[in-house]
Amino acid sequence: MDALKVSEGKMVVYLHPSKTKVISESIKRELSSHLFKFSDTFDGVLLAYEVVEVPSKLAKILSGLDPYLAVRLKANLLLFAPKPDTFLEGKVVKIARESIHVVILGFSAAVITEEDIRDEFKFKIKNGQEIFRSTSQKRHVIKVGTMVRFLVKSFDEEILHVSGSLIPASTGSICWLSKNSEEASRNCRKQRESEGRREERSTGTVDGGALSDEYHVLKKPRKQKVHEGNTTKLDSGRAEMVVNQ
Amino acid sequence: MGAEIGNINNGKMIEEELDIDFTDSELVSHVRHALKSVALTSILFASVGVLLTVYLSTTARLQGDNDNYSQLVGLLHYNERLKADEVALLVTSLKAISGAVSYIDNVQHESLLTSVFSMSMWNYGPDVMDAMVDLITSLAASNGKYVDACLDMLVSNFSPPFRFIESLKLPYGKAKKEQVLDRVHFALECITDLIPLAPSRLLPIVMHRIHAIYQRTPEPVILMFVENIFKLESSAIGELVGNKRLISIVIDLLIDFDVQVGWDDILEENPHKGIFDMELEDEQILADIDDDGDDFAREFGGYGRIWKNGVVETLGKLDSIMVLTFEHLNCCKHSGRLVEVHSTLFVTVFESLLESFCQTVMNVYKSKFAQFVIFYACSLDPENCGVRFAEFLAGKFIESSVPPIIRMSAVAYLASYLSRAKFLSAPFVTGMLERLADWCKKYCQQSVSINPEAHKVFYAGCQAIMYVLCFNMRSIMEIPRLKSHLCFLPFREILKSPLEPLKVCLPSIVEEFVRQAKSAHLIDAKSGNPVFHDVLESELSKAFGGKERLDMFFPFDPCLLRKSDSYIRPTFVYWSTVKKAYEDDLDFSSDDDVDVFYPDMNTAESRDVELEGAFEEDDYFDDYHDSLNKMSITPKDSILKKRPNGKCTPLQMPSRLRPSMSPESL
Repeated sequence: MDALKVSEGKMVVYLHPSKTKVISESIKRELSSHLFKFSDTFDGVLLAYEVVEVPSKLAKILSGLDPYLAVRLKANLLLFAPKPDTFLEGKVVKIARESIHVVILGFSAAVITEEDIRDEFKFKIKNGQEIFRSTSQKRHVIKVGTMVRFLVKSFDEEILHVSGSLIPASTGSICWLSKNSEEASRNCRKQRESEGRREERSTGTVDGGALSDEYHVLKKPRKQKVHEGNTTKLDSGRAEMVVNQ
Repeated sequence: MGAEIGNINNGKMIEEELDIDFTDSELVSHVRHALKSVALTSILFASVGVLLTVYLSTTARLQGDNDNYSQLVGLLHYNERLKADEVALLVTSLKAISGAVSYIDNVQHESLLTSVFSMSMWNYGPDVMDAMVDLITSLAASNGKYVDACLDMLVSNFSPPFRFIESLKLPYGKAKKEQVLDRVHFALECITDLIPLAPSRLLPIVMHRIHAIYQRTPEPVILMFVENIFKLESSAIGELVGNKRLISIVIDLLIDFDVQVGWDDILEENPHKGIFDMELEDEQILADIDDDGDDFAREFGGYGRIWKNGVVETLGKLDSIMVLTFEHLNCCKHSGRLVEVHSTLFVTVFESLLESFCQTVMNVYKSKFAQFVIFYACSLDPENCGVRFAEFLAGKFIESSVPPIIRMSAVAYLASYLSRAKFLSAPFVTGMLERLADWCKKYCQQSVSINPEAHKVFYAGCQAIMYVLCFNMRSIMEIPRLKSHLCFLPFREILKSPLEPLKVCLPSIVEEFVRQAKSAHLIDAKSGNPVFHDVLESELSKAFGGKERLDMFFPFDPCLLRKSDSYIRPTFVYWSTVKKAYEDDLDFSSDDDVDVFYPDMNTAESRDVELEGAFEEDDYFDDYHDSLNKMSITPKDSILKKRPNGKCTPLQMPSRLRPSMSPESL
């Protein structure tokens, strides 16, 4: 995921004298108090940290009412920083007619409103469950529990709320997208191979269709049908996928 | 537009059999249109300086659309006895707004938002409540800006509006309460499903609200709030909100009420009694009240006898909150949440209580009631919680980096706890005494001399040991293994050290201890002991107690709150029921009507004869005997009409305890 990054940070932690009995505990406590909060310094939400090194056993004492200790340390930080126009992935927790609610990494909430869902998807209630199903690709279904990829429109740093969009074609159910792209690339390869072989063989009736029959033998009947359906649209789909990758 | 809305409503009824989706979308788009119209109007307002004439004409046109919005807002203010169609209208509108939440802007649609957030679920029926829950959930999930306001609205629904308070006692009030609270907590859980970090924002909101309400509001409102806090704590999102903090909110509330009542608000009948004096048991409180008195007398009569009238209300609140807490602890115990030994998080309710106790209760100057919460929790699970609490206190006392005041307070709590808890076993108490005695012995091995202030921690420790032994001497001595264990403890060394604890500690305790110890052959003081002339305290004890008078701090003395006391009573040791070491098992006649206290010490002397026989050569004892005789012990006779049967009898010292009090009245 684009939004996750690991940074190495050199920082100073200021500890109150009452907390200096067990320094490592106090450092952990201090750093933990910053978890799941957006930090301008790191430009991201701190998700996890690992104290790598405390270089020196000495710490400066700050002058002032309370003599805080300035402890220097190095830590690895896992940061979450979604930027607009990047892709994020999350799990759908609620589907409503006007919105899809997604939770990212178990802590950040994202909402995709109706205007940001491409027209291809229609809201339906199937077997008592609300779903969004693509009208063009019947197998492309978004329901509660699906992992989806979406585009980030905006990110509210205070409440860690993302506003997302399903307009771009490469967004949608990850499961379907990856399967589809796999098949598309496999078909791509097969077609190139078949074209290559066609040149070698003298008997000229081998075309994409014949090869795909061979292909069918290996696959299950259900997918066979899909495959057939897709082969006709393959060229345009393939082109699209190449672009988006 | 009213007609139009009406049409939609009728439309809905007609189209029920048709595709429902269509109707909902129409409503949602209607609302969106209304919301957008406000946006347009405000844009025009901005450009008014330039396009004045255009503005005037366009607003005239848009006025009609703005009416939609105003009507929508107005609809949300319906709350007086709605008829069926008004209810339907409200439900439909709320559902339509839920669909259009993405169009709501917090600036332009401020009036709508304010109306939504000020709605109280208590005013409506279940259908409207459900619609409100949907709306609030959608609103919270749609935009981060509204999360806090939505949570605040839900928390404000924890307690009913004032006019509803009276109806709470009636069945329909109780039913409504169930409906509202179930939905509120359900809404909180729904919001958490959609916004995982929402619970962490809930805590400050709850705290803010409780601080705002606790002073002026009537008892049922506060109680309902506390009930909700407990419900939240034990709900699925309790851990996410922070169980510890929720419990500490309640304990802080108890402390706030506790400190509003001063010790001098107790009406004293005879302030010059010793520590082991009359104990205010319930029987005494009710002694002069007729059984067929009215509720008021029964409710307040007890309090009135011991508390001044001004604090009765505060005490009532405090009492009820404590009862709620006890009930919650009971539930936790039954559902296994009190102590989760194998839990990976090890965040248990008891640990939260203990931490809260450590941070707030222990630091309060002579907390009166709040400590009984932890007493009750310990009584529910003696092996784990009971032991843990005692060890925690002992640890605090022994730890040298803890400030002296805290150490003294900890040992006072420990002494009172070990004495008053019926559920602690004698071996455990002996073990604790050993720890205290070992520490005291190490301390007095430094060559120092008597100095109450400098060695106040030591004196506090000694007094604690003596106090515990006053209560438990007999029961420990009855078990041979423990008796020998106890006899090996270095009491002689401690008591005869140059620090002279017997002179410094509270005289009444020293006397009682020495008396029992002699009977039990625990110590045999050949050297002289100071003679006390019937004093409660001495200059020296005041000195070691300091200005907080920690020498006279017995926190677990009988709880003076009636309702709470009934929970505590089964596991509580009253001084009158304690078997003292100097009592033997001969069967004295146990007439309840016998005036057990004699102005002339005849019977006392008869007992002395027996004791004298055993200790003939003891000089000390003669002095002691004299001092005992000099004590005047004429309690109020009304208090003693009922005495427990079969209990040991005439003692020279009156045998009951009274809550320790501040020294100002002396």
